[in-house]
Amino acid sequence: MKPRTLFEKIWDDHVVHRTDDGTCVLYIDRHLVHEVTSPQAFEGLRMAGRKVRKPEATLAVADHNVPTYDRSLPIKEEESRIQIETLSKNCAEFGITLFDMKDKRQGIVHIIGPEQGFTQPGMTIVCGDSHTSTHGAFGALAFGIGTSEVEHVLATQTLIQKPAKTMRITVDGKLSPGVTAKDMILAIIGKIGTAGGTGYVIEYAGEAVRSLSMAGRMTMCNMSIEGGARAGMIAPDEVTFKYIKGRPMAPKNDNWDKAVEYWRSLNSDDGAKYDVEVALKAEEIPPLVTWGTTPEDIVPITGAVPSPADFTDPNKKKSVERMLEYMNLKPGTKMQDITIDKVFIGSCTNARIEDLREVAKIVEGKKIAGTVEAMIVPGSGLVKEQAETEGLDKIFIASGFDWREPGCSMCLGMNSDQLKPGERCASTSNRNFEGRQGRGGRTHLMSPAMAAAAAIKGKLTDVRDL
Amino acid sequence: MKPFKKLSAIAAPLPMINVDTDVIIPKQFLRTIKRSGLGKSAFFDIRYNEDGSEKPDFVLNKPAYRNAEILITGANFGCGSSREHAPWALLDFGIRCVIAASYSDIFYSNCFKNGILPVILPQAQIDELMKEAEENPGAPIEVDLEKQVVTRGNKFSFPFEVDSFRKHCLVNGLDDIGLTLQKEAHISSFEKDTKSKRPWI
Repeated sequence: MKPRTLFEKIWDDHVVHRTDDGTCVLYIDRHLVHEVTSPQAFEGLRMAGRKVRKPEATLAVADHNVPTYDRSLPIKEEESRIQIETLSKNCAEFGITLFDMKDKRQGIVHIIGPEQGFTQPGMTIVCGDSHTSTHGAFGALAFGIGTSEVEHVLATQTLIQKPAKTMRITVDGKLSPGVTAKDMILAIIGKIGTAGGTGYVIEYAGEAVRSLSMAGRMTMCNMSIEGGARAGMIAPDEVTFKYIKGRPMAPKNDNWDKAVEYWRSLNSDDGAKYDVEVALKAEEIPPLVTWGTTPEDIVPITGAVPSPADFTDPNKKKSVERMLEYMNLKPGTKMQDITIDKVFIGSCTNARIEDLREVAKIVEGKKIAGTVEAMIVPGSGLVKEQAETEGLDKIFIASGFDWREPGCSMCLGMNSDQLKPGERCASTSNRNFEGRQGRGGRTHLMSPAMAAAAAIKGKLTDVRDL
Repeated sequence: MKPFKKLSAIAAPLPMINVDTDVIIPKQFLRTIKRSGLGKSAFFDIRYNEDGSEKPDFVLNKPAYRNAEILITGANFGCGSSREHAPWALLDFGIRCVIAASYSDIFYSNCFKNGILPVILPQAQIDELMKEAEENPGAPIEVDLEKQVVTRGNKFSFPFEVDSFRKHCLVNGLDDIGLTLQKEAHISSFEKDTKSKRPWI
């Protein structure tokens, strides 16, 4: 048999039917559902008189719209309340497990899947959300889908797909102090561009990737979509197995042994061919921040705002002019001279317990700048509980942070957590698009450590100097 | 789904790269539980002022392009979020076809599920189409999916590629869930097989 990549192995194990033109019916092992992209899918099933084929393969949670303030209060926004109630009704009607707002397992869909052991190596995992790529950190093939495809999965437990092209990104060496998985993925997106991964599934490899915790691996795979790749993946290893073992939905007893045996086969074979290979050196990656409105617009924290003249492509040049105007930045301004109004620590990219510990280490015993409003939104009720057990909440509150209830929050600002026009935010989230965190809001993406440093200084700051 | 065979319509030029789905339909409109009614909110932030009045410079606010059914735009259109609200908003506005050099994978796939044809052409041809749409706003462009070609009278004729299965579904307005359900026996047999091969699933 010809050597296969991790992607090809998982793909081959999930093909239900293949037609001559290469179109496959692909079996889907796990499906995550949230309130925003599912109501129309359930409505579609109802209209066609269809059932959910395998309700136990789907897990639902409300995350995008949920308020992060006191959960005992009613939801102020009528439409948000209706959407969350609709999810509850749909799950009850179709027999799907739901973690509702009162459940401490509730949280961001891409945080709770791994946390519960619902996410496992070798699986096909989908969700009506582009950051489903997160689950690829476990050596799963995980990708975001639209609502029509959500309906397709609910009805058939399959999707109609053609195989993607493969890209391997190898990061050799060791990350320097103050540099994290977030900086590594931002560096990658800077290198391949925001559409560089379009049509590809990316496999991350190399010593720097292998050395990451599951949290770091999830941060990397999470942002694959910001480089255009629908899925990112990392071959499973002992770190992966140790993370999964004993979680509520993980395989047990005999099944555990069988599963681990299978999971150990999920490595790309020697000599497996990728359509594209990209290499980076970990030592060359500094702490990074974004200056523009696409995630490829990165610059070292020690650098300066670029000028349109630095770009050759006329379309990019024009886009840079627009971005500088939107971001209210002048070419040549040192990144560390940029003052901020808000700090957001959260999102499916960086709201795990490891991220919060990083932040606590930096802010402990310090106060955030008087000009800054800063919030920390844990990724799930269980992350929140763990942080409180460790006393992190007390550190955050003493420093002046708002300590919130779990949800997507200001990553996309669907609830009331938003930037006001003109406000500038240091954010651990994944998108710096125009208006993403609120109309007219200006987002700089960075690691949790860098966002914490920015909160203390009131401006973009090199965490290595603190 | 409405079949897409051939379209002769006004094309609106939107010369921006990386138009993300947050720009196509901002978050506040995702709270709906319906597919319809999003057209008035399409491109909200770049289409309307804060007081709700129209921005006269935005292409779809200009009289010549208000009835456009084709959008010609920059590379990587529809990047970002998987929200199908983006094609729903375009369709509800009246856009049946987008022409660009590239799209994000999820947006591209979502278009086909909603009767919208996303045509991919080389950037040089996009530039030509863009210029044409700017200089002759009222003159229609023809997009023929069956023949896989974009034409403008005798002026130009640009052939394009499209996946044969997607084309088949779009030309015939087919519901692909129905098609997959015809393979029920294959799915059941796969599930049985999985039970023995990967019993922990």
